[in-house]
Amino acid sequence: MKTLFPFLKPYRKECIISPLFKLLEALLELFVPLIMAAIIDHGIAASDKGYVIRLGFALLGLGLLGFGASITAQYFAAKAAVGFGAHLKSALFAHIQRFSYTELDRIGSSTLINRLTSDLNQVQTGVNMTLRLLLRSPFIVFGAMIMAFTVDSKIALIFVGLIPLLAAVVIGIMRLTLPRHKEVQGQLDRVLLGTRETLTGVRVLRAFNKEEDEIKQFSEDNTRLADMQQRVGRLSALMNPLTFVLVNGALVVLLWNGAWQVELGILSQGAVVALVNYLSQILVELIKLANLIVTITKAIACANRIETVLLQEPSMAETPSARAVPVNASESVCFDHVSTRYQNASDDSLTDVSFRALRGQTIGVIGGTGSGKSTLVNLIPRFYDASFGTVAVGGVDVKEQSTEALREQIAIVPQKAVLFKGTIRENLQWGKQGAADAELWEALETAQAADVVKGKSSGLDEFIEQNGRNLSGGQRQRLTIARALVKKPSILILDDSASALDYATDAALRKALREMQSPATVFIVSQRASSIRFADLILVLDDGELVGSGTHDQLLQSCDVYQDIYYSQYPKEAI
Amino acid sequence: MKNKARKKTLTKILLYIGRYRFHLIASLILCIITVASTLYVPILTGRIIDLIVGAGNVDFSLILPILLQIAVFVGITAVTQWLMGLCNNHMTYLTVRDIRADAFSRIQHLPLSYLDQSPTGDLVSRVIADVDQFADGLLMGFTQLFTGILTILGTLYFMFSVNAIIAIAVVVITPLSLVVSAVIAKSTYKMFLLQTKTRGEQTALIDEMITNQKVVRAFSMEDEVQERFDEVNERLEGFSLRAIFYSSITNPATRFINALVYACVGVVGAIIAITSGGISIGQLSAILSYANQYTKPFNEISGVVTELQGALACADRVFELIDQPIEFPDKSPAQSLDHVDGSASLTDVSFSYVPEQRLIEHFNLSVKPGQRVAIVGPTGCGKTTLINLLMRFYDVNAGEITVSGQCIMDVTRHSLRANFGMVLQETWLRSGTIRDNIKMARMDATDEEIITASKATHAHSFIKRLPNGYDTVISEDGGNLSQGQKQLLCITRVMLALPPMLILDEATSSIDTRTEQRIQRAFEKLMTGRTSFIVAHRLSTIQNADIILVMNQGNVIEQGTHEELLAANGFYAKLYQSQFAA
Repeated sequence: MKTLFPFLKPYRKECIISPLFKLLEALLELFVPLIMAAIIDHGIAASDKGYVIRLGFALLGLGLLGFGASITAQYFAAKAAVGFGAHLKSALFAHIQRFSYTELDRIGSSTLINRLTSDLNQVQTGVNMTLRLLLRSPFIVFGAMIMAFTVDSKIALIFVGLIPLLAAVVIGIMRLTLPRHKEVQGQLDRVLLGTRETLTGVRVLRAFNKEEDEIKQFSEDNTRLADMQQRVGRLSALMNPLTFVLVNGALVVLLWNGAWQVELGILSQGAVVALVNYLSQILVELIKLANLIVTITKAIACANRIETVLLQEPSMAETPSARAVPVNASESVCFDHVSTRYQNASDDSLTDVSFRALRGQTIGVIGGTGSGKSTLVNLIPRFYDASFGTVAVGGVDVKEQSTEALREQIAIVPQKAVLFKGTIRENLQWGKQGAADAELWEALETAQAADVVKGKSSGLDEFIEQNGRNLSGGQRQRLTIARALVKKPSILILDDSASALDYATDAALRKALREMQSPATVFIVSQRASSIRFADLILVLDDGELVGSGTHDQLLQSCDVYQDIYYSQYPKEAI
Repeated sequence: MKNKARKKTLTKILLYIGRYRFHLIASLILCIITVASTLYVPILTGRIIDLIVGAGNVDFSLILPILLQIAVFVGITAVTQWLMGLCNNHMTYLTVRDIRADAFSRIQHLPLSYLDQSPTGDLVSRVIADVDQFADGLLMGFTQLFTGILTILGTLYFMFSVNAIIAIAVVVITPLSLVVSAVIAKSTYKMFLLQTKTRGEQTALIDEMITNQKVVRAFSMEDEVQERFDEVNERLEGFSLRAIFYSSITNPATRFINALVYACVGVVGAIIAITSGGISIGQLSAILSYANQYTKPFNEISGVVTELQGALACADRVFELIDQPIEFPDKSPAQSLDHVDGSASLTDVSFSYVPEQRLIEHFNLSVKPGQRVAIVGPTGCGKTTLINLLMRFYDVNAGEITVSGQCIMDVTRHSLRANFGMVLQETWLRSGTIRDNIKMARMDATDEEIITASKATHAHSFIKRLPNGYDTVISEDGGNLSQGQKQLLCITRVMLALPPMLILDEATSSIDTRTEQRIQRAFEKLMTGRTSFIVAHRLSTIQNADIILVMNQGNVIEQGTHEELLAANGFYAKLYQSQFAA
């Protein structure tokens, strides 16, 4: 919770004005019973119609003033809440932008999306209602008590006894329900996961005839959710009856004592009516408070979840002394005894890997599944940090460089070809802001994607739907390669990104890459020996260890693992 | 027309609630008791006040029994109020449970053509978020709408019974409250619409960017993305402020009218008391407390109405899903496809996803038991379509597919699918342990069988190295596993089931050739005597297939063995030679 308060700070004025006006309104309301008592004791008793009508107008005036105060309060509350929500959302989004791959892996995107949308809305509503009502209700409760003292200090003691009891009930129920609300939310997350999975895995589930099992599993989760909700509901439902009993118990005591005071001539009839009115004001406020507490409880739970994300520091802090990279170093990438382990993994993904890549070289990375190929290339733009050893780009340790400058010169084409909603041009310009069409076409030609764009009726302006749904896998892949090339990177990483391309296109792509004007250092991660066969340096990985490095011919001589891979794909040459 | 649809939705909701009619009726009865006894307390209080006239003029012997009465009625109210809350909770949460269950089981029976077209996020939000909002509206409706209406009616009754003139004065002012909230609601609606639209835009942006956060990071686009986000966020802020503020005027406005009523009752009552003495102080006090309670439900009802409208809109979206036509049911009586010999044939099959776009036309294929059929061709040529048809994820438009001599339209889908083992290009694993994921194929498999299958597919060695071995819990969609590891698990799943026919959809595309070679050997064992359909990009894996189908633009353009196709020197030969090019 605490971390979220600073976001309210710019709205300090609103946060003060809103409750203040709310209090003003409440204060005005508190005068109503007194005026009514005056009407009874002086107006009716003295049969003074003019007096009654004058006080009637006074009541009306109080109402009007209250209306004005209330609207003012609502406006400032809305302004503070919405402004707070917008700022927090923007900050949370920005915070997520700073997450490294490690945090993204661990937290998961669906959680992050939920925090940014539904949780944030709940918190915003919570702030709004809190500003409007949280102060008002206790104020009326205590105000009614103080007003009771002005009427009769002895009877007012009933109010003094009542209020702690009410507070105990309200706080007690809140204490009991808060953790249970959290459990309900957790169960709801399970139900959500079940629904998502049944949709994403629909083909597999149907292939295995799992429909009925799915329904059974869901029904269990779903029923448990309903049970849990009912259990919380049972507790929350106690709030209104209990407070009702307390307030009316106080009413009985008040009437009995009031009767004695009147009998003794200490109180007037009108005063008793006023006291009864104060009690009923307390009851009305309590009902509002009970509803408010439900809203606030939910909002606090959501706020805590948002806070968890905000407190999650990006694991990769930038070094303050980050220096710019010397561009002309002849050494492009250098691994020096590098080991990495993913968070919560029991084994290293890479063990003691060392190699040197010179500027302009093509480096092939090949190896078995889970051998650490992707891990290796992900270390170069510092998506993850090495646990041991150093990764240097341009001769400088990546941890000493500013991440932005480092990534400026590296372009990566990930395994999963992701495009964004927008035109093809907009997507390609991710590589370089404001790149001219000529640059885009050049990249498209190299990436073998020019015919993809030419085949579209609107060319570069062709609209791509979310996730590139209106393109085939191969088309998406070639466009993501073009996007990386637009950047004119000095290091280009193709992380198994040619897997959806047929052999002919794959070969043409590699040829075009070699013939680029300013040749980049190219890392090609692949499972096809043909893709890396002509690389200047081939790194062979097996179970996270570098078991061979050298050219194709050298490795065919010396590296068993490489031989295995190569001959499995070119059986004829093995003979 | 719109009203008709609304009515339909309401009828459906009532049908769901109808299952809990006992609770519904109990809730209504409890509500009546609660409201009546709540309203009776001020009358009793008024009577006591009338007994407290002044010094030396208080009748304690009469006060005491009335105080006892108050205590009794308060007790009754508390109990009935609590029970009513329980009934409402029960009814609401179970109705929600039922609707969710129906929606979920409907999903299991919807045709893939529908599911393929609907974004997953949208369907999920129907089942989760929409139902939730519906529940909130429903619960609020029950607790506040009925109590509200009953309170208004009860108050009117008591007011008229105490003093008709004052009651009439109150009734005259009432419509003002309704008019004011109607006017506000109208102007608010437009802002709400804008808010909802902009919020949807923002959610879509969040969804897209956060899901692909890694790409954003890779291109250092954080600032640009943030800029776009902030632009939408600021627009939303403006609309939200206005929407929330406009809607929050309702409450003060109705409260002002409340004050008006209160002042009116006070003045009129006092004047009646002065001129004719037709009302006692106690009665006036009772009526005043009614005047407070009388307008409160109006405030609440106006809130409830907006809430209910939202709830109805949400219910609509859920029911739209529940009412989707399900897949064409199995023929009845459908036979069970048992003792499959592994032969399959496609006769004059035509199929397309959209009528305007022709895809597969007049396609013929005959597969003998145990044969290996490989399908190759560029992306989008219709390779996966064949699998959709064989598994009956989609049904043919024309022609006939038979398996083991039986038309697949005549057998149950379950028995048909049980005969196929399928590994898809897009791996899918569910959250749970590795063991649960493998066991999906055969729930009764023993641990030894699971380990044997894992060893056969070479998944055992990496599973062993995971923190908790087979009991390692993986998160949604495989979490930290690599693409290849996920693929291996999917293959192991099929290995465990050992069905008579296999479908491998580019199953090995993200596994390196070395691992693949091992898997290939295992598959070799698996494929002996089993008919298999292999869709692959990598030509090395399919060279020894019995039939290679070369597809392009939905049509089979070449068909034959590897040698035959090379000799024909056509499309396939060109494809094959390109892999040796530098």
